[in-house]
Amino acid sequence: MSTSAIDLSLPYKKRVDDALHNKQLKVALDRATGRMAGQRVAAMGAVDAPRLRAQVRQMKEHVLRTWPELLEQLETQVTANGGHVHWAKEAADLQRIVVEIARKANVQKVVKAKSMATEEVHLNQALQRAGLKVVETDLGEYIIQLAGEPPSHIVAPVIHRRVEDIAAIFQRELDMPPTLDPQVICGVARGVLRKEFLSAEMGISGCNFAIAETGTCCIVTNEGNGRMTSTLPRVYVVVMGLEKLVPTVEDAFLQYQALCRSSTGQQCSVYLSMTSGPRKPGDVDGPEEFHLVLLDNGRLDMLAKGYGEALCCIRCGACLNVCPVYREIGGHAYGSTYSGPIGAVISPNIHMEVTDVDKLPYASSLCGACRDACPVQIDLPRMLLELRRDVVEAEGTTLFDRAAMQGFSKMMQSRSSYENAGKLGSLASNVLARLSGGNLTFLPGPLSPWTESRDLPPLARHSFREQWQQRRAARKQIV
Amino acid sequence: MADKRTYSSPPRRVALFVTCMVDMIYPEVGMATVELLERHGVEVLFPLEQTCCGQPAFNAGFWDEARPLARRFVDIFEPLLRSKQIDAVVAPSGSCTAMTSHFYRQLLAEEPGYPERAALLAAATFELTEFLVDVLGVEAVDAQFTGRLTYHGCCHLLRELGIDRQPRTLLQQVNGAEWVALNGEEECCGFGGLFAVKNSGISTAMGNRKVQNLVRSDADVVALCDVSCMTHINGLLSRQGERCRAVHIAQVLANQVDVRPRTLPEPPSQPLEKPRRWQDTT
Repeated sequence: MSTSAIDLSLPYKKRVDDALHNKQLKVALDRATGRMAGQRVAAMGAVDAPRLRAQVRQMKEHVLRTWPELLEQLETQVTANGGHVHWAKEAADLQRIVVEIARKANVQKVVKAKSMATEEVHLNQALQRAGLKVVETDLGEYIIQLAGEPPSHIVAPVIHRRVEDIAAIFQRELDMPPTLDPQVICGVARGVLRKEFLSAEMGISGCNFAIAETGTCCIVTNEGNGRMTSTLPRVYVVVMGLEKLVPTVEDAFLQYQALCRSSTGQQCSVYLSMTSGPRKPGDVDGPEEFHLVLLDNGRLDMLAKGYGEALCCIRCGACLNVCPVYREIGGHAYGSTYSGPIGAVISPNIHMEVTDVDKLPYASSLCGACRDACPVQIDLPRMLLELRRDVVEAEGTTLFDRAAMQGFSKMMQSRSSYENAGKLGSLASNVLARLSGGNLTFLPGPLSPWTESRDLPPLARHSFREQWQQRRAARKQIV
Repeated sequence: MADKRTYSSPPRRVALFVTCMVDMIYPEVGMATVELLERHGVEVLFPLEQTCCGQPAFNAGFWDEARPLARRFVDIFEPLLRSKQIDAVVAPSGSCTAMTSHFYRQLLAEEPGYPERAALLAAATFELTEFLVDVLGVEAVDAQFTGRLTYHGCCHLLRELGIDRQPRTLLQQVNGAEWVALNGEEECCGFGGLFAVKNSGISTAMGNRKVQNLVRSDADVVALCDVSCMTHINGLLSRQGERCRAVHIAQVLANQVDVRPRTLPEPPSQPLEKPRRWQDTT
């Protein structure tokens, strides 16, 4: 595996081809997705999964129905707890707000817990441009920060790397002695990161869910880095997508259960850190300043455009782990912060620059495994189909494809043209098939990709309808 | 599915929705379907006006191109149902059944008059094995197959229609068949319609997994309920020179399937040397 940083701005076809030819990637994905999918099945199987899924779905739909009220309630509660609430309409607004908070608090160093929303708006780059040092502290995020790569999975950002690759990165960047022992590798990271935690003035994390009734921001982690990020530095900033909202504490634990079981197959995570504001007199720890930055970046429009169902997503990554397409190409081939089936639905809707974003809804065989795995029962295939319709309506397909589909539709609208095309096709394909020994092994033009890897039988010499009519005629004669 | 019509007495007459792929490429699957239905006392009608249900266009996002085909389909089959000339529509395909009984709801939602007619049709449209097992109450057809048999659950059949028990019930009653397990039997074969051409690399990688699992299972034949997936799996198996092949379940149930010999016959002996020029060949 080359060590060059991964370029997400390459054309879709190139990204996919690179991924398909990357043998190490295949090994890494096979190891991890299979394990995670298996753990999810076991963990969801241990509870009344249909009931849990229906409950979470109902709750998330309720959130979307009462979205404005709940957001206002959250703002009121966080403010009452002594925190500050900021609203970011677009990516640039969020960057500006966070940089401003850092500047006012005289921050030099930022430690970050995992956050896809900050990846979405490229917050790290903005902070670095403002002269701040940013250190990712989730182990996976830390590894890809060292390697200069974007995350390739919603939950497991370094899923595209094998332990062998990670050891090589640590040897190169941190002078780690050669080893493949994960415990030793983790120990090296822990040593480095502990110093960063103790010296950083600001912590930034994402938010798995925020509770409107109490103004509490919750992060679900397994490494303890989230707890350090939210309690050690003077200033703690939570960046949260507008939809990551639950009405009550009870709802929070409903979502928590679905999240843990669906993402990592745990009954509950090692840590659940809940922050309801800055340190109060008498508190043993906690930040002096607490900020919640709410990010829209196209989310409100998603509801209006008919893709609101995707806002029910709790970012567990289950749809990625079961997706046969994701399993072959990994996350980077999608070219977006969000990959897999949910990424293919979110990316064209959220305001992000994604090269060939129109190709993403087509990066699916519509097999439906994602919908079956989703703990919120999101009908991803339905939305992928509708996004494809949108692409066609926006004239995002080639003229050739359009003409071909129009021709196809015309032909199929008339029995005689269908039958004639069948007869012609039968004649032509049988001649071709005879030349290549029974099956078609070469097709011309736009169909040629089929025969690069697959044979195709010719059309039948006598179609079903011909045989049917012959049979009927014969029976009449007998009668 | 819950919204399917129930019958107080067994349906006597059905219309066959043969699907364009079976019609044009695999007529033997259509014939096997007719044979199975007739064997169980069901009279089969075949409306000759039928062509394609429009799924390729719909899946590609060309809904305006798919819609006339969907309307046309409803116009052909629904009057037969309403006038009680038929009791049900049966198709040897999970995918095309899902299209007409499931996705038409989405596609025809704003076509005046059509949503109701499409819903009436959807409630009485059945995939072949679903019709045999759930509607006719068939548990075993008298089929014979000597060899190692496995099953691949096609995606639309399994996850759109929720049909899995029915084909397995029928296959497990086939006389002489040795049932073998298939790893990843519920995983997509990578066909996905135009996906197989537009995303050929991914599609092939997915299909190769299926092929590897089939080879490891050492099955002679993998039965399935869709000729589209069958074409994809067979296309890969054939290109890679594997002995295993995919067949439509109707072919197994109608005794159309013979197993290829395990060991390939001896290759033909070397052709005789060319006659020498001085030899008179006349």
